[in-house]
Amino acid sequence: MATRSVPLSSARDDDRLANSLRDAAIAALMVFALGFFFLGVRTDIAPGGLALTFRWGLLFSAVAIVFAGRLLLNLFVFKTSTPVTSRLADTFSGAGSSFAGLGKWLARALLIFAIVLPFFFTYFFPSKDRQYIDLAILIMTYIMLGWGLNIVVGLAGLLDLGYVAFYAVGAYSFALLAQNFGFGFWMALPLAGLLAAFWGVILGFPVLRLRGDYLAIVTLAFGEIIRVVLLNWYEFTNGPDGISGIPRPTLFGLEFSRGEGGFADFFGIPYDSIHRFIYLYYIIFVLAIITNLVTIRLRKLPVGRAWEALREDEIACRSLGINTTNTKLTAFSIGAMFGGFAGSFFATRQGFISPESFTFLESAIILAIVVLGGLGSQIGVVIASVVMIGGIEMLRNLGFLQHVFGDGFDPTQYRMLIFGLAMVLIMVWRPRGLITTREPTAVLKEKKRIGADMVAQGEGH
Amino acid sequence: MGSVVQNEIESAAPARWDQTPILSVEHLTMRFGGLVAVNDLSFNVGRGDITALIGPNGAGKTTVFNCVTGFYKPTEGRTAMRHGAGLQAGAIEEVTRSDLRYKESSQGSVYLLERMPDFEISQRAKVARTFQNIRLFGGMTALENLLVAQHNPLMIASLFTIGGIFGVPGYKKAEKQAIEKAKYWLEQVRLTDRADDPAADLPYGAQRRLEIARAMCTDPLLLCLDEPAAGLNPRESHELNELLQFIRETHGTSILLIEHDMGVVMEISDHVIVLDYGVKISDGDALHVKSDPRVIAAYLGVDDEAEIDVPEIKHDLEEVVEEAEELAAADRPKAKPKKTRPAAKASADKPVAKKAEAPAASEIKIKNAADFPGRQPHGTKKPGPAGPDSLTRIKGIGPANEKKLNTLGIWRFDQIAAWKAPEVDWVGAWLAFPGRIQREQWVKQAKTLAKGRETAFSKRVDKGEVPTSKTRKPRSGGKGGKP
Repeated sequence: MATRSVPLSSARDDDRLANSLRDAAIAALMVFALGFFFLGVRTDIAPGGLALTFRWGLLFSAVAIVFAGRLLLNLFVFKTSTPVTSRLADTFSGAGSSFAGLGKWLARALLIFAIVLPFFFTYFFPSKDRQYIDLAILIMTYIMLGWGLNIVVGLAGLLDLGYVAFYAVGAYSFALLAQNFGFGFWMALPLAGLLAAFWGVILGFPVLRLRGDYLAIVTLAFGEIIRVVLLNWYEFTNGPDGISGIPRPTLFGLEFSRGEGGFADFFGIPYDSIHRFIYLYYIIFVLAIITNLVTIRLRKLPVGRAWEALREDEIACRSLGINTTNTKLTAFSIGAMFGGFAGSFFATRQGFISPESFTFLESAIILAIVVLGGLGSQIGVVIASVVMIGGIEMLRNLGFLQHVFGDGFDPTQYRMLIFGLAMVLIMVWRPRGLITTREPTAVLKEKKRIGADMVAQGEGH
Repeated sequence: MGSVVQNEIESAAPARWDQTPILSVEHLTMRFGGLVAVNDLSFNVGRGDITALIGPNGAGKTTVFNCVTGFYKPTEGRTAMRHGAGLQAGAIEEVTRSDLRYKESSQGSVYLLERMPDFEISQRAKVARTFQNIRLFGGMTALENLLVAQHNPLMIASLFTIGGIFGVPGYKKAEKQAIEKAKYWLEQVRLTDRADDPAADLPYGAQRRLEIARAMCTDPLLLCLDEPAAGLNPRESHELNELLQFIRETHGTSILLIEHDMGVVMEISDHVIVLDYGVKISDGDALHVKSDPRVIAAYLGVDDEAEIDVPEIKHDLEEVVEEAEELAAADRPKAKPKKTRPAAKASADKPVAKKAEAPAASEIKIKNAADFPGRQPHGTKKPGPAGPDSLTRIKGIGPANEKKLNTLGIWRFDQIAAWKAPEVDWVGAWLAFPGRIQREQWVKQAKTLAKGRETAFSKRVDKGEVPTSKTRKPRSGGKGGKP
């Protein structure tokens, strides 16, 4: 046996090397063919027309890089029985279970950090505190939107591609109420939520009977309809000019302004514009926490169980006396309500809104946060928001790349590319999102987490 | 249809299920485009009974279920569910005339299920169901599955979610009770140890039991089970019987079940209804149904014996075949129920039969030939020089029917191909399944086969895929129905 296996395995090794070389050569050839016009030839304006300059050095270094890289990948990853990445893959695929145990502690640590966050930044990064707190506000807004959408997509399993419509309804509700009736933020906030919930029901009715792709398309269309109406109904919404002068939130009537009667004046501390940012941060923090607590509560109530049952099997739900119409509508309207709250916060934070802020890209980002975090997972949404929103912003600071690619290189232009690659990689490693396990809502003896392979994804996935 | 049964039932004292029915299905018809899945079906489900709905594949059993539980809206007919004793005929008529869906009172309530949406049938009329292909909430634990089933009482206790969010004490109590109830049912189906496992993780038999437990958590008065024993081994199926008996005895729930497993049906059913081609062909207790020639014919007529993997029916089938052989010996049929034919109709048909007899009088004399509507087809004592054809290559003719046709002197395809409407009526009545010859298009098939061409079914027969049929060249002797 042993004598026979040696030549066999060495033959396989030869095979592997030959195959790898051939594959790498093909890749290098392709790079040459493609790169010839993009890299190898350069047109310059010369007197009397264009002049061609050949850049063979650049072309052949690209070909060499691809050949070497492909060969190494072939030898150590693609065409070997023991790829060097296997341990990496194990770590990643096992991450769900280790996250599960970590989840609780991670959540607590994140919560404590979130509470002290503004003071942390003002104390440790006094020069950049405003920038970081602003980023934290942005991330927190997306966390709240993610949690709101999680009700619809993660729990009820209804794919909603037009969630930004409710964000827009909330923002415009507040802006218009403030402009026309002089409402303050705290007065307008519940009304904005209610109006968004109302629009959630309006959207809910036509899509009740739709399933799968059709549901996704109609919600997408709904989001666009709202945006286009906001854009074109000039008399009411001021169209593309948007609405400006939206009042800032006050703390029991105290404004965050310089001078008499302001926040700083009242408490007898020196005025600093950072106060307003800290206050805004705490507003969105409290709103997000409320969203989270309500969602956690709802999951354990009959309506939440009905949402999850609906995601699992709608027909079985009906056979058990669950009114699926009402159940879907509550999911849409409660999800929309939180979107509306977040929208009016957005309006008060910006002080100016226009339909440009509510494009399909926003819906896609919010949905990506939910999917990347893991459908139905609350902590997953937090991690995904921090990674996605924080990550995009962090990529602005890629100054070190200029040392690599020269001074003419603008790293901010490449951030979406890097970001897209990161998304693809994460989805390859963890196709069901970062946190994939589902926690049961009621326990008889022992709490066991439910693996993602058991849990249905609902409509339109 | 079913006039025999009705006559028999009316002549005796009314059956228990007709006296105190919990559910009455009346003239139920369900059409899908041109297809009539259920045709003018009426039956009663007795209070506290275990009622079985059986029939060959495609007989329309699941359609009836879906109509009763509101998943289909029937084309025609009335389905009345009663809470409280008695027929409550007055109340049902009153609700039918009004445009209400139901009427509830302290004496008793009536519900017209065909007017109610599916969830209301479970919620209000208290009819629960299970599914042929199990529909559990796979990603939720067994316990959660049972809690979802208690959605409506819990919803009220949580003051439609609003109270639940603020944690009203009433909801906490209600949830505790709901978990107790779930625990009780988990014990009954022996799944307490797996309460916290996701339903999709359970073995098949356990999933079936969990689905029954889930249906019972809605506190139904009528439990509809769609093939509860499908895929169970004999031990599990025995345990299922015990569970159903327990449900009936301890909780007083009436049970309506669709079943293929005759072991389950015959052992526990108080009342059996047999469907074939969407029409009721028999109705009575298990013994009555087992010996009903129409039931046997319905199961015999099935082209594929794989569908009759039922020992009782197989046994009956053999009896009929023997009987047919005796008939062949005696050269005339007996044991034909005479009540099937209204005398008036037979006499009206007589002149037609006489007139037509002149050109092609059959060589076979049937004594009571005139009792059947239509005309006896021409038959010959001998198959003829070419020998008999294998009549079982016609879809719908099994070995027993072939024997019976042979006793009529029908040996070859061209003989069947020559039948006209009167002959078809006559043979249909004589074989005790009127209407089936037209439906299965025997004559059309025979015409094709007589010309030496093939039908889709005969090709399957020739490939040996149909165990009840013989291939092209039949055996010489007329021994038995089994190849």
